[in-house]
Amino acid sequence: MIRQDISRVDAKRRTALHHSKKQFAAPAYKDLEYKHRLNFYIIPPTADITLEQFEQWAIDRLRVLAELEACSFRNKTPAETAAHMKPLLDKYLPLSASTSGSSAVQVERQKDHYSHFILRLAFAGTEDLRRRFSRAEAMLFRIRFQADDARERSAFVDSLSLDWETVGEEEKRGLSEELRASGGGYPKRIEDESYFKVDWEKVPELIEGRKVLLRAGKAYVPGREQLSMVVAEFTQLLDKALELTSRALPRLDEDDRLTPILAHLSQNFTTPDVAYSTNAPLTGADISSRNVDVLSASFPLCMQHLHRSLRRDSHLKHYGRLQYTLFLKGIGLNLEECLIFWRQGFNKITDDTFNKEYRYNVRHAYGDVGGDSNRRGSGYSPFSCQRILTEHPPGPGEAHGCPYRHFSVENLTNLLTAVGVRDSDVLRGVKEDKEKMKYHMACNRVFEYAHKQELKRVKEDGTWGASQLETIVHPNEYFKRSYLLRNLGKKTESSGDGDGDVKMEG
Amino acid sequence: MVKEENTEQPRTEGSVSLVDDAIKQDITMADVEAMDENVSNMKTEIKGEVKLEDLFADMDSDEEFSSSNIKSQDLKSSGSQEEPSSPIHIGPLSRASDPEVMRSFYQRLFPWRYLFQWLNHSPTPTTDFGHREFAFTLQNDAYLRYQSFPTSDLLRKDVLRLMPSRFEIGPVYSTNPRDRKTLRKSSAFKPIAKELCFDIDLTDYDDIRTCCDKANICIKCWQFITMAIKVVDVALRDDFGFKHIMWVYSGRRGAHAWVCDKKARLMDDQKRRAIAGYLEVIKGGAQSGKKVTVKRPLHPHVARSLETLKSHFQTDILQDQDPWETDEKFDLLLQLLPDKTLNDALRKKWSSAPGRASALKWADIDALAKTTKGLNPTALLEAKQDIVLEYTYPRLDIEVSKHLNHLLKSPFVVHPGTGRVCVPINTKALEEFDPIGVPTVTELLKEIDEWAAEDGESEGKSIQDWEKTSLKPYVEHFRSFVLSLMKDERDFKVKSEETDVMDF
Ligand SMILES: [Zn+2]
Repeated sequence: MIRQDISRVDAKRRTALHHSKKQFAAPAYKDLEYKHRLNFYIIPPTADITLEQFEQWAIDRLRVLAELEACSFRNKTPAETAAHMKPLLDKYLPLSASTSGSSAVQVERQKDHYSHFILRLAFAGTEDLRRRFSRAEAMLFRIRFQADDARERSAFVDSLSLDWETVGEEEKRGLSEELRASGGGYPKRIEDESYFKVDWEKVPELIEGRKVLLRAGKAYVPGREQLSMVVAEFTQLLDKALELTSRALPRLDEDDRLTPILAHLSQNFTTPDVAYSTNAPLTGADISSRNVDVLSASFPLCMQHLHRSLRRDSHLKHYGRLQYTLFLKGIGLNLEECLIFWRQGFNKITDDTFNKEYRYNVRHAYGDVGGDSNRRGSGYSPFSCQRILTEHPPGPGEAHGCPYRHFSVENLTNLLTAVGVRDSDVLRGVKEDKEKMKYHMACNRVFEYAHKQELKRVKEDGTWGASQLETIVHPNEYFKRSYLLRNLGKKTESSGDGDGDVKMEG
Repeated sequence: MVKEENTEQPRTEGSVSLVDDAIKQDITMADVEAMDENVSNMKTEIKGEVKLEDLFADMDSDEEFSSSNIKSQDLKSSGSQEEPSSPIHIGPLSRASDPEVMRSFYQRLFPWRYLFQWLNHSPTPTTDFGHREFAFTLQNDAYLRYQSFPTSDLLRKDVLRLMPSRFEIGPVYSTNPRDRKTLRKSSAFKPIAKELCFDIDLTDYDDIRTCCDKANICIKCWQFITMAIKVVDVALRDDFGFKHIMWVYSGRRGAHAWVCDKKARLMDDQKRRAIAGYLEVIKGGAQSGKKVTVKRPLHPHVARSLETLKSHFQTDILQDQDPWETDEKFDLLLQLLPDKTLNDALRKKWSSAPGRASALKWADIDALAKTTKGLNPTALLEAKQDIVLEYTYPRLDIEVSKHLNHLLKSPFVVHPGTGRVCVPINTKALEEFDPIGVPTVTELLKEIDEWAAEDGESEGKSIQDWEKTSLKPYVEHFRSFVLSLMKDERDFKVKSEETDVMDF
């Protein structure tokens, strides 16, 4: 029964399989034999499983993927991630080598195979979920690929029959200088490395980082980059499959037993990047345009920098405006006040220019204008640290982004000093965090320093629970905590704590 | 869709006359009605679904000071009779935005036929053109997105009716952009193809160009664009294997590239990002300190670029820009050099010789380095290479290149601020291109009148209006570009048909 549900969705997909894979796509309604530990998930599952297995397997895989996403968010290195994931993988999604002699080999591989396909259904629905699922799956695949027994790994790669051309000895010698330069000076002796020639589109990440030689559309990929190529292939196939699954999804709606399970699964794919809820503003606080200067003392460094840049230049470039507008929306500044704030901030332009060039965008950010979906969703969510860290790094003359990441150490130190962080231990700690690319650690370090007394107090009297003391991963969370701590004892509390009768100040 | 073209249109080798027939093909009543309805719905169109990021992105683009701002500036300057001390001579501006001038331009000079062939990739109308988004900026600054046209004639008609101050070209969508609201599933409407584009603008060089600022340009700072085109063009051709690359003057202070190879048009955002990253050498915001971070040994692309840029650095930067003339400015240079002892010696020397030219200062570095004890020559050499790159390497507005669905101003439109036509740049004669020599719309119209006066109706051979003007070489360049693109496209189609046959 379940069998039909899964294979029905994928029936269409089969026709789109890689030509060389067509031979495998013949329907075989029986347990598959898994020859390799690794799997490109090209053939959909066909055997029956129980509803309990369906749900349990999916949940187990989900735990793994969510944790992987969290690792990438915390900027863990691949090695750290692999170490961190090992016990979780052993527990929830073990995969033994073919040579291990374990009797569970086939069962483990079946669970891996099926759970992957179930989550495909759960996450094919929206572009955002598809993107995150594909990223997390690629990470999982990468870890497993690296941990695989060398001989089994190469047998697996051979089975994929990928379109890689080996670079001949003569060509290799002729290009040895360029090949070495592309590899950052390696290998010392060109004979020590083998090269593949592939269409550059197959290895976009190597191209993006200028890690390979590129000639007439062909990338010269050293053997040691095989991993990256296999992962690229994996991602490409998965993305295509997800796209097709999403188009087939509506037909699944008929099954009222699976839909709730799938919906539940996708809702539980929560990560540190959850949209910050704007529904619980600080009651009692004066969140108005005229008070932003005062409030800015509680802003994280990224927003303080934007604020200072705005005050200095009477202007911010586009991503700066976007990042800052959404943050202000998140702290509870309403649309009218926000428009006043920007109008006054851009004090070197005429009303006319402001109305023509900027007003619409602020309104759009609040969901006041724009298409239906924008309005329904009340515009955009404030950016999380992850977004600020990873998307749209600032270019010349731009003030957005994360200072801990996008500033030089010197400029970062200057900015911190300017906002009152002068303790040399803290500054040294920030520098070390930055060097290790632990930007959120640096930010939290500054937060803890700036609120040392207050944090001590709320810890001692137990007014703040563990969840309020977790690492901050969102600028608006930074503001909220900072504001509450700075106003301890005053009549301000976060609404939603059951205290409904908080008076407005003044 | 593809089937139709193949069966109904015999493939005629190089017969250009087919084109006209194709363009003048029947327009059904339904088409006309749909168009009229669209025009009357214009107000609501403006509020169509727009990505917030795009909206924000639009405002700092090349046109930041165009449209509304320019108009008010113009009024001011013509009122006081006092031109800002700009080296670029801006013609009679009031006339460039005059609706009658614009109407004549669109009617008589704009190369509609080649624009159509360029975007359609075939003489017969296809969805490459029909599902392509156009966006109009009207004279009153309203911005209309998601316009589309089955033929170039309908595009031309609408442009003449609406008289936009400029129009932009977006992606080809999976369905007709005008139908996007009637689709049951919004995911059925999505961008599927667009040229890979680059945008280079002199405002991104403001911290290193000394000759002009803001919207002003001269031939000296145009060299930044020349260098950028050289470096990017060769990388796209030799490294990525693209063939059909067109560079277009943006009308004021920059240039756009359109990479039109089929392979480029079909790239997803990840691939576009990869190319953007490959070409990006200048990194970081205003606060990030050092802007160039390249690995050693230099990647072949960076090494080649450095080789190209070295001589420009000597003439266009050291001589013409003279970036480190004053005390305050040479400090910027010292900040980028690695050896403290050497820096102290240089500072001493330069402070005692105020105004010493940048070229001499640059030479001083090596001269004094010879007598500096404990100096690491490799570190110094690398720092100097980084400096050359920082002052010459292309500064790309990378967001334009990264996204399939970014809109970019069409070639041959008129820049509303300068009145200059956004003409293609012939890269074979790149060094000779002078933005200040690019014809303005009013000059061109005058040329048509003068031509008629001189030659009359001589040979009886009908001559297009653009052939009578200095726009001619640009249109001809565009035409040969388009023809070679269409030729490859046709070969491509034949080839893929053959493989299809083999498959079954
Ligand atoms: Zn200049």
